[in-house]
Amino acid sequence: MTFSLTNLANPSRFLTFAGAVIPWLAALTVILLGIGLYQAFFVAPTDYQQGETVRIMYIHVPAAWVGMGCYAVIAIAALGTLIWRHPLADVAAKAAAPIGATFTFVILVTGSLWGKPMWGTYWVWDARLTSLLVLFLLYLGLIALWQSIEDPGRAGRAAAILALVGAVNLPIIKFSVDWWNTLHQPASVFRAGGPTIDPALLTPLFVMGGAFLALFVLLHLIAMRAEILRRRVRVLQQTQVAQAALS
Amino acid sequence: MKAALALLRRDIALAFREGGAIGVALGFYLVVVAIAPFGLGPDMNLLARVAPGLLWIALLLAALLSADRIFHNDYEDGSLDVLAMGPLPLAAVAASKSLAHWVTTCVPLALLAPVLGLLLNFPIDAIPILVLAMLVGTPAVSFIAGIGASLTLGLRRSGLLLALLVLPLYVPVLIFGVSTISAAVTGPGSPWPPFLMLCAISLASMVLAPLAAAAALRNSFR
Repeated sequence: MTFSLTNLANPSRFLTFAGAVIPWLAALTVILLGIGLYQAFFVAPTDYQQGETVRIMYIHVPAAWVGMGCYAVIAIAALGTLIWRHPLADVAAKAAAPIGATFTFVILVTGSLWGKPMWGTYWVWDARLTSLLVLFLLYLGLIALWQSIEDPGRAGRAAAILALVGAVNLPIIKFSVDWWNTLHQPASVFRAGGPTIDPALLTPLFVMGGAFLALFVLLHLIAMRAEILRRRVRVLQQTQVAQAALS
Repeated sequence: MKAALALLRRDIALAFREGGAIGVALGFYLVVVAIAPFGLGPDMNLLARVAPGLLWIALLLAALLSADRIFHNDYEDGSLDVLAMGPLPLAAVAASKSLAHWVTTCVPLALLAPVLGLLLNFPIDAIPILVLAMLVGTPAVSFIAGIGASLTLGLRRSGLLLALLVLPLYVPVLIFGVSTISAAVTGPGSPWPPFLMLCAISLASMVLAPLAAAAALRNSFR
């Protein structure tokens, strides 16, 4: 069996695939998180200006990558739902939304905890902070839309449309620190001309980024599996009711 | 084009003859602005400073109040199905209905804004640009509301859900709408750059939002 998206379109085959991958992915996540957290808290030097609080970065920045990447996953899955009618795209998007909302919440919380010692305030209405708050609200809106439409097919397509409309926010977040000169620091890792962070601080950051990515994929696969099973239960219940009504 | 205009004329006539919705939206706008000084204190300088933002926020809330009616009545009595089967593209139906919402709700609200501005000690010489910014920015409000209304069509508690879905999308309109007026009142800088951004947002949503709304409508028929 070759690995391809069309192949995985069959939910049963996807369940087999997920069942095989999840243990390995869980092990990878634990190892990466272990290495990353150890490096972040014990190996990485303290910053000459920020002292120990710079370690918040090792949670905050990878969470930001994943929190925004998750919306990109939802937007791509939305295209899959609307254009190619891929049966699992809708499941992928629905499973990703709560995970993305959680990561975005982590970004907001760690960011404000970092902001207090650095900027002297938990919250400012700065462009980057505000656009991330809007991202969080978009996640909440998507989840609410899925919750309030009963038919999964209709809910999936409605949410896909909303997800694509909301996707205009993503570039605004990414470039907010370049377009508006505000309190949040400008891009320092992924920027033209290379990172401005010392390698001693940067390596643990990338390890943590990998760990968070693995964690996201792991959680996403588990949530997708749960969603597929939930839909099967729903279909079984419906056939049961239909049979009871016939007999 | 002719069919879209006829539909637009029909929706506007229906809204004005029915009356209720427009009156409620205007009354809501008045009430929100009127209770703000009780919460903020009657300091006239403070009120003048927050007036642009307050007028915009109250306008967005008042416009949302009637937004779930953009498609609702026609959905209930079945005429939306007829429209969907007719020769007019569904995107044109959505555009015409959003435009009717703009004419019947947002334009009256924008025209009421100067009166409410006086209550908030808003400088009189800046009133033309206040109304201009609101007239230019509110098409985006109506067309984005059209997306929300088509997504929540036929759902229970659709009004609450609509607010949750649509209000985050109003943030750019709010930012550039308020900065146009603030720049005109207090400076620094010219009000025209944010004003042009406001125009761009409105034009873009008038082109793109009907496509999303039509997709959502098609989805709700299935």
